[in-house]
Amino acid sequence: MSAPILETRALQKNFGALTVAQNIDFSLEPGTFEALIGPNGAGKSTFVNLLTGLVQPTSGSVILDGEDVTALSIEARVKRGLVRTFQINTLFNSLTVAENVILALDEFHGQGWRPLPSPSRRRLIRDEAYEILGRLGLDPWGNREVRELPYGRQRLVEIAIALALRPKVLLLDEPAAGIPSTETGTVIEVLENLASNLAVLIIEHDMDLVFRFAQRITVLVQGAVLARGTPDEIANNETVKSVYLGEGIHA
Amino acid sequence: MARPIPRNEPVKSLSVSYQGAAASSTWRGLAMGRGGSDLVIAVLLGLAALATLLFGEAYWLLAAQVAITMIFALSVDLLVGFAGIVTLGHAVFFGLGAYAVGIASVQFGWTEPLSALLLAGAVSALLGAATGVLVLRTRGLGQLMLTMAFASLVYEIANRAKPLTGGADGLQGMVVSPVAGLFEFDIFGLTAFVYTLAVLIVVVIFAVLMTRSPYGRSLVGIRENRVRMQAIGTGVQRRLLSIYIVSAALAGIAGALLAQTSQFVGLNVLHFSLSGEILIIVALGGAGRLWGALLGAVVFTLFKDRLSALDPAYWYFWLGLLLAVIVLFAPKGLIGLVDRLLALFRSKEAA
Amino acid sequence: MITAALTILFHGLAFAMVLYIVSVGLGITMGLMNFANLAHGAFAAAGGYVVVMATRSLGLPFWVALPAAFVTVALAGAVVERLVVRTLYGADELRQVLFSIALLFMAIAGFTLAFGPLQQQPEIPAALSGQVTLGGIDFPAYRAFVIVAGVAILAALWLLIGRTRMGMRIRAAVDNRNMAEAVGVDTRMLFTLTFALGTGIAGLGGGIGADVLSITPTYGQEYLVLFLIVVAVGGLGSIFGPFLAALCIGVVDVAGKYLIPEFGAFFIYGVVIAILLAKPAGFFGVRS
Ligand SMILES: Nc1ncnc2c1ncn2[C@@H]1O[C@H](COP(=O)(O)OP(=O)(O)O)[C@@H](O)[C@H]1O
Ligand SMILES: [Mg+2]
Repeated sequence: MSAPILETRALQKNFGALTVAQNIDFSLEPGTFEALIGPNGAGKSTFVNLLTGLVQPTSGSVILDGEDVTALSIEARVKRGLVRTFQINTLFNSLTVAENVILALDEFHGQGWRPLPSPSRRRLIRDEAYEILGRLGLDPWGNREVRELPYGRQRLVEIAIALALRPKVLLLDEPAAGIPSTETGTVIEVLENLASNLAVLIIEHDMDLVFRFAQRITVLVQGAVLARGTPDEIANNETVKSVYLGEGIHA
Repeated sequence: MARPIPRNEPVKSLSVSYQGAAASSTWRGLAMGRGGSDLVIAVLLGLAALATLLFGEAYWLLAAQVAITMIFALSVDLLVGFAGIVTLGHAVFFGLGAYAVGIASVQFGWTEPLSALLLAGAVSALLGAATGVLVLRTRGLGQLMLTMAFASLVYEIANRAKPLTGGADGLQGMVVSPVAGLFEFDIFGLTAFVYTLAVLIVVVIFAVLMTRSPYGRSLVGIRENRVRMQAIGTGVQRRLLSIYIVSAALAGIAGALLAQTSQFVGLNVLHFSLSGEILIIVALGGAGRLWGALLGAVVFTLFKDRLSALDPAYWYFWLGLLLAVIVLFAPKGLIGLVDRLLALFRSKEAA
Repeated sequence: MITAALTILFHGLAFAMVLYIVSVGLGITMGLMNFANLAHGAFAAAGGYVVVMATRSLGLPFWVALPAAFVTVALAGAVVERLVVRTLYGADELRQVLFSIALLFMAIAGFTLAFGPLQQQPEIPAALSGQVTLGGIDFPAYRAFVIVAGVAILAALWLLIGRTRMGMRIRAAVDNRNMAEAVGVDTRMLFTLTFALGTGIAGLGGGIGADVLSITPTYGQEYLVLFLIVVAVGGLGSIFGPFLAALCIGVVDVAGKYLIPEFGAFFIYGVVIAILLAKPAGFFGVRS
């Protein structure tokens, strides 16, 4: 096994008396596709927030590519290749779809401080943005403001922005939630075509999707890791069945 | 299924409701045809400046004031309209710039105007850096308060530091050398007008370029969604601080121009009402649109000149009423109205 | 030494109470409706003018003029809330700030046209115009009354907010507006009532405090920074926070001006900046 690209050690987060992350040891290897599942309120999104720095842990550490990034800012982690999508759309609503992606590309290419326009570079970045939008079938909407799009299609913009940042580690927080079932195909297609050296952690309630892609599954219940293993192991794990799968999650 | 949409679909953007400051306009401007308003305003303002220069001898001094207000308005629009930081204390930078050149001239004999202008920009930028670090740590009401508190503090200091500032009597005896060693400031205000106009043009070019740059767009991004900006790798705090400093420097330059052209600095350059007025100007013109701020500055200064000559109380009343109407019925400001007019023309043409 | 300390304390308290009475309503409306009302001080000034008019022109007793100020200004507040402020709930800060500045300016113009630009003093009842002796020192009786009034209003608000159904609803809505609505609180009505209450108390404060903060047309602009400071430092949506903040600011300000007249005015801003940086949400802030 290669060295993990992303790791947590004894990661703990309390909101007052509520423990939402309990002593979590987690690791993700390059090129693997993992899923994080668990009932609502289990602390999955909080875990992603802890990984990315949006929430500071009570104790424990986050290690990215061998480097302890616990004290680093959100943006510093992004610059190191740790990229996420949000469970609830977090977009530039009154900018156009293309502009949303262009903003991300500008940052990725280190142009964010550039105080003068450059038409030629602008064209390059625009083309790159449309190339990414094309992969998600969003190119016809490039010139539309995000808020004019139906919510499900806005979800895809979340993914487009993440792809623009060329992640090493991609954290997807329920990417298919809110997308009409007729259009989950686009998401699946994108997931299939992700670069093979990319490490992915996906939070998803759709078990078909999880079992189709995930090489490993972590089950989180009340902030603690209940089980961790291959899809087969998880599917046959009695505790998981009784605690989680047994509850009849909306698949 | 999805109807493919051509990339340059004609202006539907006008139906878009107000969100924050006139959001995407700055950026999507040219692609979506909103640039039309900018162009119209630019041409009109250019013609007005030319006409004033050639035929408006009596208005040169007023025109210089307009140009100064425009620079100040641009500085605030960059901060409020683009980056989304609301301030009620920006007069502090304007006033500091004015006092910087005033004191430099009176105390140190630094009378050369252009270098003094840079001095003012630098001094205000320094104060911007020092207070910006603190102001940007808070948000919302706390932020508004801090901007006001710092401005009030500096006002008090200027009020007390009589030996330097002249206190409530104002700073007298300021001398300004001829611009470029050639153009004496005359009583008609010709030099004042041309000089401020030249600086204005430089500032406008700078601002227009900046707002179209990746840096300028990232400010809009921060205004629209701070969390997402962080999540795409932007150091939001540093970027906001940088625009705070730039804005402070521009305001300082505007203040310095006022001091140089009137050869006097009074406490009013630091007063709260100036901070309020400049915010009003930006909103009147249309926050988040540079040409809106410029238009607002012209309209406001001319109105003020006419109305406050009658009775300051009336002026306050009309100003309040105008502002209320703008906020309630035309939140995109004057430039929003220009947008609509142009759209009307276009649809007539198309029909 | 002790005399100086007592004098500072006394006048500081009087100043603090005026600040509190005028500002407390602002904090409640900001905390509840998230509306940044920079015109709040104009309502206080309106109350001041009501008391001036009632006692000087109509010859009414001071004790009648005060409730009249409260009622008149509260009604005015309710009307303004219903007609315009309401449409700006949820609008961005810039629009709210601008709109309330617009109100402020129109009020300044209105007051100037109606009452002239000069300072106005209400007629104070004879019982309050003398001196009271405390610890061997003479103090103006009126200021003692101001201090008592401030504490009384704090107590009244505490009872209202803490013990009545309306208070319970206000607390619930400040805490979580959606939840409050979900359990059936009529927030529309609640907002109007709260706005009216907040402006009414401010009107009362304008009338009571005319001796400390003089009534001029620009009242709402001149003292705006002070009111906002009290609220920002005290925390939004709280009635005790602004009380503490007003105490701090009142006493510090009077002490500064008394002890080092040269630099007295700086103190207050220094303190404010320090507090806001240490506690951005204020002492008791529900929201920042
Ligand atoms: N900022 C916060 N403050 C307090 N509690 C929070 C906060 N964020 C999340 N929580 C709580 O933490 C728990 C886990 O939430 P979340 O991570 O969103 O769960 P999941 O994504 O698994 O549904 C929930 O009970 C939620 O209410
Ligand atoms: Mg979640």
